[in-house]
Amino acid sequence: MDIYTRRKIINGVNLTAAVVTTALGLFFLAWLLWTLFAQGLANFNWALFSQDMPGPGSEGGGLRNAIVGSLMMTITAVVIGAPVGILAGAYLSEFGRYARISIAVRFINDVLLSAPSIVIGVFVYEIMVAPFGGFSGWSGAVALAILVIPVVVRTTENMMRLVPDSMREAAAALGAPQWKVVNSVVIRAAISGIMTGVLLAIARIAGETAPLLFTALNNQFFSLDMSKPMANLPVTIFNFAMGPYDNWHDLAWAGSLLITLAVLGLNIITRVLLRPGRK
Amino acid sequence: MTSASKSEDPAQAASSQPPARGGRSFGDKVYLALTWASAVLVLIILGAIIVMLIHGSLPALRKFGFFHFLTSAAWNPVREEFGALSPIVGTLVSSLIAIVIGLPVSFGIALFITELAPVWLKRPVGVAIELLAAIPSIIYGMWGLFIFAPFFAEHIQPLLENTLGRVPGLGIFFQGLPLGISVFTAGVVLAIMIVPFIASVMRDVFETVPRELRESAYGVGCTTWEVVWKVIMPVTKVGVVGGIMLGLGRALGETMAVTFVIGNSHELNAALFMPGNSIASTIANEFTEADGEIYTSALISLGLILFIITFIILSLAKFMLIRMARAQEGRSA
Repeated sequence: MDIYTRRKIINGVNLTAAVVTTALGLFFLAWLLWTLFAQGLANFNWALFSQDMPGPGSEGGGLRNAIVGSLMMTITAVVIGAPVGILAGAYLSEFGRYARISIAVRFINDVLLSAPSIVIGVFVYEIMVAPFGGFSGWSGAVALAILVIPVVVRTTENMMRLVPDSMREAAAALGAPQWKVVNSVVIRAAISGIMTGVLLAIARIAGETAPLLFTALNNQFFSLDMSKPMANLPVTIFNFAMGPYDNWHDLAWAGSLLITLAVLGLNIITRVLLRPGRK
Repeated sequence: MTSASKSEDPAQAASSQPPARGGRSFGDKVYLALTWASAVLVLIILGAIIVMLIHGSLPALRKFGFFHFLTSAAWNPVREEFGALSPIVGTLVSSLIAIVIGLPVSFGIALFITELAPVWLKRPVGVAIELLAAIPSIIYGMWGLFIFAPFFAEHIQPLLENTLGRVPGLGIFFQGLPLGISVFTAGVVLAIMIVPFIASVMRDVFETVPRELRESAYGVGCTTWEVVWKVIMPVTKVGVVGGIMLGLGRALGETMAVTFVIGNSHELNAALFMPGNSIASTIANEFTEADGEIYTSALISLGLILFIITFIILSLAKFMLIRMARAQEGRSA
C-alpha cells in the first residue's frame, strides 16, 4: 500500500470516528430527554401542583410543598448571592482590574465555580446547621447562594468589560464621579449580560441536590418556615427514586421533568438575551 | 480576550483608575469599599471552607492519624473504625473510567464541530452538546438507575465480560455481578456528564488556531486529520490538557449521578462490575445518619480530601488555560 492511500485511509477512519462520536453524544442527549418526557409527562397532572408529598405507602399525592420550598430557597439564594456577585464583578472590572488582589479573586472564583457542591453542603452544615441546632431552609439557601456567587462574578466581570471605555470617559468628562459612572453607565450598558449571569446561576442551583442533603434536609409537610427543615424538589426526587413505592417513582420522574424544563427554559432565555450582544 | 493581562495602555489604566483630584469623593469611597469587600468575600469563602473542613476533620484525623486514615480500608460505624481507602479508590477509578471513555468522544465532537460540520450545523450541534451540560446531575442519576443500569447489565456488561474479561491479566477487572449497579456504570454515566465540558473547551481552543496555519497546512497537501493531529493539536496542547483536567475535576466531585448507580458498598474490589463507593457518594449517603462525633468527623475528613484533590486538579486546569490564553495573545499581538 502506498503512502497516499494509507494517509487517505487514516484520514477517512478518524473523521468517520469523529462523526460517530458526535452522533453518540447527540444520541445520549436524545435518549435522556426522551425517557424524561415519556416518564414525566405520563405523571404530569394537576395534583402535582395542588397536593403535598405522599407519605410511605399512601396513594397519589403531589409535589406542591417541594415546589414551593425549592422556589423559596432559590429566590433567597439569588437575593443573597447575586448582589455580592455583581458587586465583586464590578470591582474586578471597574476598580481593581489590574490590582494584585483581583488576580487571586479571579483564580479562586474559577476554582469555586467547579468545586464539588457536596463540600459546600458540608461547609454550611458546619457553620449553620451544627451550631444553630438543626436543619433549616435558611442554611439550604446559604449553601445555594455560595454556588450562585462565582457564576455571577464571572459573567458580570466579562460583560462589564465589554462596555467600551469611551462610554466611561464620556460620563467622566461630564463630571460624574466613578460610582455614578459604574452605576448609571456601565451597569446599565451591561445589564442584559449581567441578568444572563443571574439566570445561569438559577439554572445551576435549580437541580443542585448535594448541598441541600444536610442543610435544608427535606420535609414531608407544607411549610413556609425557613428556620425549619424545608421540602425541596431535588432531595425529594432523590428520596423518592431510591424509595420502594411506584407512586414515589412516578412523582420523582415528574419532578425531574419539571426541573429539566426549568433549566432548559432558563438556558434558552439566556441565549435569546445574549444574541443581540453577540457579534 | 478577557484573561488577566497587565496592559500598560494609558487610556485603559486611566479609565479604571481616574486621577484623583483632591482624593476620591465620599460616594466613590463607599462604592469602592462595597465592591472591594464583595470581591474579598470570594477569598474569604474559600478560606472559611478550608478552615471549617480542617476543623471538622480534626477529631477523626487525630484518632486515626492522617496517613492511617488515608490507607485504611476499614469502615465500621458500630466499632467507630474508619478509613478513606475504599472511597478514594472508588472516586479515582470511576473518574479514570470517565476520562478514558469521555476523552476520545469529546475530541471527536470538538473535531466535528470545528473542522467537519457544515456552517449551518455547527451551532445546533454545539448548543445540543451544551444542553447536555446544563441538565442537573440528579437527572443523570435517575436515568442511570432506572434506564441505563438495566440496559448496561443486559447488553454491554456480558459483551465486555466475554471479550475483555477473557483477556489474561486484564480479565479480573471485567468481572462482577449482573446488577448494572457498579463502579463501571458510574464511570460511564460520569463520562456522559463530562463530555460536554471537555468538548466545549476543546472546541474553543481549536477555534483559536489562526486560519493561516490551517490553510498553509492544507496548502502543502495535508489531509484534514493531519491538519488536526499535526498542526492544531501541537498548538493547542496546553489548552486541551486544561480542558481534560477541568472535566476530571468535575468527575471527581460529582455526587448525585454517582450515588444512584455506584452501589454504595465499602468493600474494595478489583472487579469493576462490583458495587463500590466514592467520596462524594459516601458523604451523601451517610452524613445525615452519622451519629457520634467520630463518624461525622470521618465523613468531613473525606470531604477535606475531596476538596484538596479537586482544588489541585482545578488549579492545574486553570493554570494551563491561562497559559494557553497568554500564548494566544502573544501570537495575535
